[in-house]
This record gives sequence, structure tokens and C-alpha cells, in this order.
Amino acid sequence: MKRYLIPLAVFIVLVILLAAGLNNDPKYIPSPFIGKPAPEFDLPLLHQPQQHIKTADLQGQVWLLNVWASWCVSCRAEHEVVKRFVAMNIAPVYGLNYKDKPEDAKGWLNALGNPYKSSLMDIKGDAGIDWGVYGVPETFVMDKKGIVRYKQVGPLTNAIVDEKILPLLQELNAEAD
Amino acid sequence: MWMKKIFLPLLMLMTFASLPLLAAIDAYQFDDPEKEALYKKLVKELRCTVCQNQDIGDSNAGLAQDLRRKTYEMISAGKDEDYILDYMSQRYGDFVLYRPRLQKNTLLLWIGPFIILIAAVFFLLKFIRRSEDEVPLSESDRAQAEQLLERDK
Repeated sequence: MKRYLIPLAVFIVLVILLAAGLNNDPKYIPSPFIGKPAPEFDLPLLHQPQQHIKTADLQGQVWLLNVWASWCVSCRAEHEVVKRFVAMNIAPVYGLNYKDKPEDAKGWLNALGNPYKSSLMDIKGDAGIDWGVYGVPETFVMDKKGIVRYKQVGPLTNAIVDEKILPLLQELNAEAD
Repeated sequence: MWMKKIFLPLLMLMTFASLPLLAAIDAYQFDDPEKEALYKKLVKELRCTVCQNQDIGDSNAGLAQDLRRKTYEMISAGKDEDYILDYMSQRYGDFVLYRPRLQKNTLLLWIGPFIILIAAVFFLLKFIRRSEDEVPLSESDRAQAEQLLERDK
């Protein structure tokens, strides 16, 4: 009897492991930034290119960085979600305009509305590399100390905002400066 | 003869048609063959996070191009292999390294196969020993077996 139970047990363990493997999303790559200081950037603004914003300038508040581009199809779908979130007036959202042409980016915002506090221009994509961006759109949430607390790869949805972002922001806003 | 007539143009067609599929080629100039070798090695070792299961040397994705440029810039600036691999994994996680490093969360990955090998050898030895322990035939069994063999002749 025992000699039949051992292969069966091995088989069951294998099935459990493979089932767990199937449920893993291979597109999800754990971000190495969670819990670490937000990466540095020093970028010109889309609408006032002579003016720059640095990561350090944004410290002391809870803020979001939304990586977008006019060529990015799913950003278009996400845009309504971003607008809805900004209308709640909980935390400022800065845009990182990733590998875009400034005139295309401005046209896109004119057509769809501009919810961003400011959009930073990353024409070559260097800031994108520093932030580990690999699938636009991406969204980062920073706490008051400038630590990255959450990263969303792919478009935000109303469900993600309501279930993940809003509770997190409530928690972060309650933290001391 | 007609085969040759068709075969050669067909072969040429296939060769040229597949050209755009060949690996992305950037014209990066290196002043030092050692740096060029390092570049070629690194673009094979870094995984493209957009087009997973391709290395950045093989991919035409925008991000892969940017990461190749970044790799080129760092190599030109004289950075070594460890520096560049650290730079990439700090930004994109261990996922970008095709050869995972030996660390706490990759320990099982590295030693797992050896554990399985040891277990397999253990069970194999047990199995061999058990078959050696078989009870030899008794006299009466042997006689009976011989009788059966005799009958079949």
C-alpha cells in the first residue's frame, strides 16, 4: 500500500506547485523601489520648459507620479480614472511624459483634459530607466518622506483606486511629516 | 534541374525576407575590443522586461533600445560588469538578470537540483538494495520451475 502512496503524494505536491505557478502573473515584476526613496530626477515641465522640477522639490507631501505618453493606448483609457481621482482632491498627481514629442503631449492633454499638477518631460526616457519604467502607464505613490510606497504597472482602474490607492493615501496622510 | 531553378530563388527570398527579423543592430562604436566584448555579453544577460523571454540584445522594443544605449554609455564611461548589473537590478529588480545571483531568495533555485539529485541517488540505492535482498528459491520451488520449463519444451 505504502509504495503506491508515495508516488501519489509526489504527484499531488507537483500538481499543487504547478497550479500555484499557473496563477502567478508573469507580467507582474516586483518593484525594487517599494520602501526605498523615490529616484532622483530633474526635468523640464511640459508647459514651461524653462522651469525644472526635482524629486526633492516634491518632498513633504504625499504625491503620485503617473507615467504617460500620447502614443500609449491604454493611457487614454486610464486618463478618465486619473481625472476622477484628481477631482477627489486628495493628493497631487504629477505626470511623467515618457518618450513623447512635446507638441503631441500638449495636444493630447488639450483634447482629453489635463488633471496633472505638472507634467515633466522625459524625452529620451532616462528618467524612465531610473524609475524602472517598463510598461506605460505606470503609477507610483510617494509618502511624505519621499519613500515609494506603491507602484501600479499598467492602467489604473476605478477599482484599483478605490480598493488600493485611497486606503493607502488615508494611511499615508495620517503619518507624521 | 528544375528544382535548382526554383530552389535558389526561393532560398534567396527566404534569406532576405527574414532579414528584418534578425536581432536589432545598433551602430555602437567601441574604442576597445574588451569593452565591445563586455557589451555583447551584457546585452545577452539582461532580460527585456517588456518582451519577456528575450534579452535586450535581441529585442526591438523601445525600452530594450534605451537599455542598450544605457549599457553602451556606461561601458564607454569605463564602468565594469558588476556596476552595470547592479544598476539594472536596482531599477528593474532581479528579474532582469538572466543568471540569478546567489542570495537568500534564490538559494533554493541554485541548490534545489542538487537536493533532487541526492534524493534520487538515495532512492535508487534503496531500490537496488531491496532487489538484492530477494529470498533465493527453495529446493521444491526450483524443482517445480524446472518441471514447468521441461513441459514447455
